[in-house]
Amino acid sequence: MDNVQQDKVPAVAAQAASMVDTINQEGFQDLQQFLTFVMEGEEYGIDILNVQEIRGWDNVAPIPNAPAHVSGVINLRGAIVPVIDLRVMFAFNEARYDENTVVIVLKVESQRVNRIMGVVVDAVSDVFSLSEEDKRPPPNVNQNISQNYINGLTEVKGKMVILLDCEKLLDIENH
Amino acid sequence: MSIDLSQFHAVFFEESFEGLDVMENALLELQPENPDSELINSIFRSAHSIKGGSGTFGFISISEFTHILETLLDKIREGEEQLDVDSVELFLQSVDCMRTMLEALQAETEPDTTRADQLAIMFQSILTGASAAEAKGLDVPATGASPVIQESVLPGSDSIPDSLAGFHIEFTPEADMLKGGNDPVRMMRELATLGELTSTPDTGALPTLRDMQPDVVYLNWCMDLHGDMPLEDVQEVFEWVEGECDLSISRLGGSADSAPEVMPSNVAEAVDHAPDGTSTAATKTKADEQESAKPIPDAPKTASPAKPAPAPAARAGKAESSSIRVGIDKVDSLINLVGELVITQSMLGQMGGSGEVITDDHIGNLREGLVQLEQNTRELQDSVMRIRMLPISFAFNRFPRMVRDLSLQLGKKVRLELRGEQTELDKTVMEKINDPLVHLVRNAMDHGIESPNVRADQGKDETGTIVLNAFHQGGNIIIEMIDDGGGIDADKLVAKARANGIVGDNEQLNQEQKLDLLFAPGLSTVEQVSDLSGRGVGMDVVRRNIQELNGSVDIDTELGKGTTFRIRLPLTLAILDGQLVTVAGQTYIFPLMSISESLQIDEKLVNNVAGGGDVYNLRDEYIPILSLDSIFGLRTEPLSYDQSLLVVVEAEGMKVSVVVDDLMAQQQVVIKSLEDNYTRVPGVSGATILGDGTVAMILDVAGLIGLAGNQKTMAAGEIAGSAA
Amino acid sequence: MTKILAVDDSASMRQMVVFTLQSAGYEVVEASDGLLALDAAKSGHFDLVLTDVNMPNMDGIALVRELRQLEAYKYTPILMLTTETAGDRKMAGRSAGATGWVVKPFNPDKLLATIKKVIG
Repeated sequence: MDNVQQDKVPAVAAQAASMVDTINQEGFQDLQQFLTFVMEGEEYGIDILNVQEIRGWDNVAPIPNAPAHVSGVINLRGAIVPVIDLRVMFAFNEARYDENTVVIVLKVESQRVNRIMGVVVDAVSDVFSLSEEDKRPPPNVNQNISQNYINGLTEVKGKMVILLDCEKLLDIENH
Repeated sequence: MSIDLSQFHAVFFEESFEGLDVMENALLELQPENPDSELINSIFRSAHSIKGGSGTFGFISISEFTHILETLLDKIREGEEQLDVDSVELFLQSVDCMRTMLEALQAETEPDTTRADQLAIMFQSILTGASAAEAKGLDVPATGASPVIQESVLPGSDSIPDSLAGFHIEFTPEADMLKGGNDPVRMMRELATLGELTSTPDTGALPTLRDMQPDVVYLNWCMDLHGDMPLEDVQEVFEWVEGECDLSISRLGGSADSAPEVMPSNVAEAVDHAPDGTSTAATKTKADEQESAKPIPDAPKTASPAKPAPAPAARAGKAESSSIRVGIDKVDSLINLVGELVITQSMLGQMGGSGEVITDDHIGNLREGLVQLEQNTRELQDSVMRIRMLPISFAFNRFPRMVRDLSLQLGKKVRLELRGEQTELDKTVMEKINDPLVHLVRNAMDHGIESPNVRADQGKDETGTIVLNAFHQGGNIIIEMIDDGGGIDADKLVAKARANGIVGDNEQLNQEQKLDLLFAPGLSTVEQVSDLSGRGVGMDVVRRNIQELNGSVDIDTELGKGTTFRIRLPLTLAILDGQLVTVAGQTYIFPLMSISESLQIDEKLVNNVAGGGDVYNLRDEYIPILSLDSIFGLRTEPLSYDQSLLVVVEAEGMKVSVVVDDLMAQQQVVIKSLEDNYTRVPGVSGATILGDGTVAMILDVAGLIGLAGNQKTMAAGEIAGSAA
Repeated sequence: MTKILAVDDSASMRQMVVFTLQSAGYEVVEASDGLLALDAAKSGHFDLVLTDVNMPNMDGIALVRELRQLEAYKYTPILMLTTETAGDRKMAGRSAGATGWVVKPFNPDKLLATIKKVIG
């Protein structure tokens, strides 16, 4: 499992870092960066500012009477961090856990939501940047995913990417 | 140099709040008719420190207000002014007022000074009133009089510009001036920085070398200081030696025949307005003006106590401070322990790094090292925990004021006794136990302690007593709230509970169960709901709060004699003595405090109550059996009873048992919040990280009972069982 | 290095004084009341003592009196931190043997200027 962390994370992080450099040099302040990941063959993106780290799948301790998409809690360097399985949450299918299964640790610090949480996805794929005009409003494309969690749509290299709203994802009381 | 003073603000606020607490407590302890001078001193010191700090850190509204307080306190301290009940009340209100203002400043908002202004006027009138009454002719230093002093020192100084050509100074130090650390040479040096100085020492008084003593000044000086400097600067040089020298300063140049401008040689007298009549006419006039400008000195004094005390509610809003002050001894002990740890570590390191073939000796040494390491770790843990420990006096200190205010409000006489105030407990526990304690004391004042005439009729002391007592017992702290009031009528409780349907008509209760009804939700024995208690939060919330801290509460009561509430709490919230158990492959933790016993299940003793689940017959007491499998939805096919164990636990005065697959170790666990990143989970009070890094849930027994639902049925089962 | 003993029961004032003095390059030892200050003074030597007046256990005036009894502090400059209202107390400090005073409230610059005045 550790190989996920070792192989992917530095690559993604390096890419992210170089992008930050590019942005700083060229002064494209309105660019937002997204980390993309794959679930059921579809690409999703989340604002990279919300990504704290990426870990391999590890055993979680179940939370009593939690909803099915809440896998449980993990020990993140002494902090108790819940993990939700987006695949279950978006009602794709039964959760599978293999060597590509990845937990993206997200952190949101807003007035309404202030917490750290892991989300389970099939695999992490890329980092790209996006300006506001590249973003399109979310059409009613996927009946499975509640419109609530979608921030917008965009296209990267000819492929559609669904942008997710981290704050709403982590607002677990209102799932 | 520019130094950012705001870095000291946090400390200033912290110590000012502490100072206000000290003032408040001393005021409450103070007997106005027979004031203890040490108490007055400590009140004065607190006011003085707050004033000094607020002035220095630029909180002018506070320093101005405390200045007036301090002036009056100083007079009281010097016996020039008497304390009475009314002025104590005024001081107490001032404490509240300053607290509110400081809280506003701490929150970086502008404080409302309306109340402070009102209070200041009242204090001012006490000050002027008293002085007018006592001594019309006597000199009263007006508060904030420094500008007046300046004028009086320099009669006519405004008529001649200070900056003509300089001054002629005759300076004759007293022989022992050096003893004060004031060196004439230093003063010369300083004068030289003001202008061009020519000085002629008069050596006439110089003894022979043999007779000369090193710490005696034999010289005097005549100096001419040329240049453009104000007189104040010159005087300032000699400020510290006033009264220890003969000094005359006159202006150089000008017409020599004009009346010499000899300044008063003994400046000290003038500055101080010593009450021997040396003060100048100018001051007199000022003081007179002030007197005539401030009319009616007596009226406000009597009017002041009529004003109702402002609600001390602001207190609850006090910003939760995120820092604690730690005694240096605690830090030192930590450093020592870390030192020991380092030694153990290096010892173990040596063994590991020796690279030799491992022998039995090595293993033996290694074991020894590990034992030592374990001990170091435990001691270190204890010491670290001690850092968070504060004496319970922090929680107790609010009660003298509360009891005083409440007894006035209720027309009862109550004496409060605090014991074991130095007993330490965790800061967080202390913060959380505050409200339950306040509720218990309010209850005791309201319902427990009888009114003075009732007490007198019963042959009791008219003054009731409430005792708050704290002590350590094992790993717990016990806090007792003892009143000598009327006690709790258990039968009245039962009647009420029956009327409310909380207890069935035919249920028989023992004394313990009857008193337990006091904590039942929605039950109050008071017919007449008073302002203080009997509404809003009830005793059920008190118990709930205590249980959330993994604590418990018992009652002892005797009709006509009084009641004791005994609260038992863990010393810290951060660590829990836990019993590890496994259910369905997961580890769970029971607080050891909640467990009364664990046992092998004898299936013959399991009974099924229709609609109420299984109960276990434990020594003729029927105890509901809870299954984590069903409560947490773990397994549909749990282990059979003969493969399981039963843990008997108590919560909310109820005994239940929980089926577990296996009992594991008992150990201390560090409690981590689930709510930080998740939400509250019913039946779980938190989580912890076990030695292998995995996460385990800590069970909340009261919550489990709630989840199991149907509490009443279970209670009925239990009651029926014990009655059998 | 010039060594100063700073005595005040108020932690914020003490911190402010200590910080100011240290920033100006003085070596500072602090004490929170007269008794502790006296102990500190006995166990080391100071070129200047800076003390508050109103303190628990032993106040500033008693401290000055005690210090002047000690051979080592007979001539050491001692400054009192005092408030302007305490005129008679200033004098009490003087007669106990204090060199002078710094009037509260003061700012760091004023404090340093006064100290320079005494120890150059």
